Amino acid sequence: MRKISSHIVGATLAAGLLAIPTAGIAASAENGRTAFIQHGCWECHGFEGQGSTATSGGKVIADTKLPLDAFTSFVRNTNGAMPSFSAKVVPDAELADIYAYLQSRPQPKPAKDIALLSEVP
Amino acid sequence: MPNTDSSVKLNRRKFLAAAAVAGAAGAVDPARAATTGTSEAQARLPSAIPPNARVAIAETDVPDVPPYSGEGRPASDFMVDVIKTVDIKYAPANPASSYRALHESLIDYGGNTMPEYLTCMHEESGVGIAHGYYKIAGKPLLTLCHGTVGLQHATMAVYNAFCDRVPVIMINGNDLDAAYRPPGVPTIHSAQDINAIIRDFTKWDDTPVSAQAFAQSFVRAYKIATTPPCAPVALSLDDGLAQGPVRDFGQPLYIPEYVPEAPPQGDSSAVREAARLLANAEHPVIVADRAINTQKGMELLVELAEVLQAPVVRQRARLNFPTTHYLSRPESVIRQADVILGLELSDYWATVNSFTDNNAQGVGTNQRRVKPGTKLISISASGLITKSNYQNFERFQSVDVPISGDVEATLPALIEAVKSAIPADRKTAIAKRGEAVRADHEKGRDATKQMAAIAWEASPISTARMVMELYGQIKDLDWSLVAQSGNVSGWPLRLWPMEKYYKWTGTSGGYGVGYGLPASVGGALANRDEGRFSVSIQSDGDLMYAPGALWTAARHKIPLLAVMHNNRGYHQEVMHVQRLANFRDRPANKGSDLGPIGTSIMNPDIEYHKLAESVGWWAKGPIKDPAELGPAIKEAVAVVKSGQPALLNVWTQPR
Repeated sequence: MRKISSHIVGATLAAGLLAIPTAGIAASAENGRTAFIQHGCWECHGFEGQGSTATSGGKVIADTKLPLDAFTSFVRNTNGAMPSFSAKVVPDAELADIYAYLQSRPQPKPAKDIALLSEVP
Repeated sequence: MPNTDSSVKLNRRKFLAAAAVAGAAGAVDPARAATTGTSEAQARLPSAIPPNARVAIAETDVPDVPPYSGEGRPASDFMVDVIKTVDIKYAPANPASSYRALHESLIDYGGNTMPEYLTCMHEESGVGIAHGYYKIAGKPLLTLCHGTVGLQHATMAVYNAFCDRVPVIMINGNDLDAAYRPPGVPTIHSAQDINAIIRDFTKWDDTPVSAQAFAQSFVRAYKIATTPPCAPVALSLDDGLAQGPVRDFGQPLYIPEYVPEAPPQGDSSAVREAARLLANAEHPVIVADRAINTQKGMELLVELAEVLQAPVVRQRARLNFPTTHYLSRPESVIRQADVILGLELSDYWATVNSFTDNNAQGVGTNQRRVKPGTKLISISASGLITKSNYQNFERFQSVDVPISGDVEATLPALIEAVKSAIPADRKTAIAKRGEAVRADHEKGRDATKQMAAIAWEASPISTARMVMELYGQIKDLDWSLVAQSGNVSGWPLRLWPMEKYYKWTGTSGGYGVGYGLPASVGGALANRDEGRFSVSIQSDGDLMYAPGALWTAARHKIPLLAVMHNNRGYHQEVMHVQRLANFRDRPANKGSDLGPIGTSIMNPDIEYHKLAESVGWWAKGPIKDPAELGPAIKEAVAVVKSGQPALLNVWTQPR
C-alpha cells in the first residue's frame, strides 16, 4: 500500500496536480501559472514568486508556508501595500491553482554553493 | 587664438621701469627723514599727497588688456573668450539656428576645445549628459538649446538636474528684434522670455543685451550654478547680439574673474546642539540621501559614523557611504532610533513616516515609522532654493534641529562637536553599540545573498542573477555604475562592494524617465578621462525616450557597457493600472499583452541590440537564458575596453 500511495502521489505531482487538503480541490500548478500571469500577480511578485524589495516589500511567496485558507483570506481581504482580489476577479478554483503553482516553485540553492554570490565580500 | 587672460593687468615692464625712475623723485628718503632738522619738519604738508609713479601709471596709462574689442570682431568670438575662462570641457548640444553665431565661434574661433562640441540628437540628451557628467567629474558642462522648441525638448532633463542639485550651464538661443529677425521659422521660434519655461526649476537666469553684459552674466551664472545648493542656470542669448560685431561703447571690454564661493556651513550653535543630541543618544541613526558628492565627503561621513558607532542608512540620491562598511544598514533601523540625523534628505517626511497606496480615492494610509519622542536633526541646503510651483520639496516634516547648510561643508564642525560632546562614561556603551551593528551587518549580508539565490535559474533572468553575472566580469576593473534606470531591486547596492563615491552616482533627482541613457553617457565621458570602466543597467522604456544618445556615445567614442533590464514594459505603470483595476473590483484589460493595455512594450518586442548596432555599438541579444549571460558580458567587456560602447539586450524579471 505504501508503494502504491507514493506512486500515486508521484504521478499526481508529475501531472502538476496537488491535493490541497483544506480545500478538497485537486489544484493544477500548470493552470496556476497561467492564472498567476493573467491576473497580474507576476507584476509585483515576479514570475517565480521571488518578490522584490521594490514591490512586495521583499516578501517571497514562492513555496509559501501559509496554508491555503490563510493564503486565500489574505488575498481577499488585504488592505496593505497589496491590493485585494475578490472572488469575482479571481475565483476560488483559480486561486487554489495559483497556490499550487507557488508551492511547486523549486527551492533555491544555498548561496554558498553559487560562486557569484559566495565570492562577493 | 583667443586670449585666456581674463584680468586687466598693468604692463609689468613699463611699471617697473617707471617706478625705478620715479622712486628717487617721489619717495621720501628715509635717511633724510631721520636727520632732517626742525625747519623742514615744520614745513606745511599738502592736504592731498601727490601720486607716486605707480599710482600715476595706473590712473593714466592704457592697461595692456587683451584685444577683446576690435573693429568688426564678432561678439560671439568674445563670448567664447568668456566661456574659456571657466573650466568647461564639453558642450553636449543639438545644433540650432538661433545660436548659430556662438556655435560657429565655438568650433572655428575657439578651436572646438574647452569646450568640445558633442553632437546630440535631442536637447534632453544634452542636458542629461551634462547631468551624468557632473556627478562623476564634479564640474558642470555647457549645453546650448534652440530657444523655444529646443528648450521645450530639454525641460524634463532640466527638472531632473534641478531636483538632483546638479549644475548645468545653459545658453538658449533667441532672436529678440522683431523688426530685423528673419520672418517664418526664426520668428516662430522666438519668444520675449524664452527662459520662462524653465524658471521654476532653474536657480537663476538672465538675458544679457550687450557683449559686456554677457561676460558678467556668464561668470555670475557659473558661480551661482556651482555654489551649493547647485542647480541649472540659463542665459538667453540674442542671435542679433551674438552675430553682430562687438560693441564696447568706447570702454574696453573685460571678463570678470570667476572665484569659487565658499559653500554655506551650518550655524555653529545648531551644530553643537545636534552634536549634543547625537552624543547622548542610545540609538542614533544617520540617514544620507543627496549628502555626499566627493570622496573627501564620504571619508568625513565615515568618520562621523565611526565616532558615534551609528548605523548609516543610504538613500538613493547618491552612494554616500561604503556599502561594505559594517555601519551600513537598511531602512528598518530607523524604527529603533531615538535620534535621527538626516543629511540632505529629499523627503524627510517619508523617511520617518510611511504611506500605503491602499485607497481607491488615492488618499492612502499614513503611519509613523519612528518611536514617539525620537529627536530629528536635519542638515540640508535645499531650503535655500525652495520654489513654489513644482513640488519636489515633498510633504513638510517638522524637525527638532533644522540646520541650513551644505552637508560636506558642515561635517568637519559636526565631527569635532560630537567628539567634544561625548561624555567619557558613554564610550563603552558606544563601542558595544558598534559591535551589535557589526553583527547585524554580517547577518544581513548573508540573508541578502540567500535572497539573491531565489529564482537564480529562471527565465526571464532574475535581476539578482543579471546583476551578479555583470559584477563577476567587472570586479577586477576600476568600474563605475553610471546609471541604473528602472528598478532592479537595488541588487548592486545590496551586493556589490562600493567604497568610492564614483561607484554609484545615484538616481535622477526628478524621477523623469529617460534620464538613464544620457546620464550614463555623460558619466562614462567623465570616467573615460580617468581611465575607469563604465557600466550601466539600462531599462527598456528609459532608452526609447531619446535613443539618439546611443549615437552620440558611438560618435564621440565614449566607452560604456550597457546591460539592459528589459522587462518589456513601463513597469511602474503596469502595477499602477493593475492596482486601480483591483480597487474597482474588475480585471485589468490586457489585450494581447502581459500588462494592462498601454503599459507593455511588446508585440512586437523591440530588438534593442539591433537598434544599438545600427548606430555604431557592439550589441547582442535577446539573452533569455541565464547560462548565456556571463559569456556574453565577458565578450562585451573586451569590446568596451577597446573603446567601443556595447549593449546587451537581456530579458529580465520585472523587478
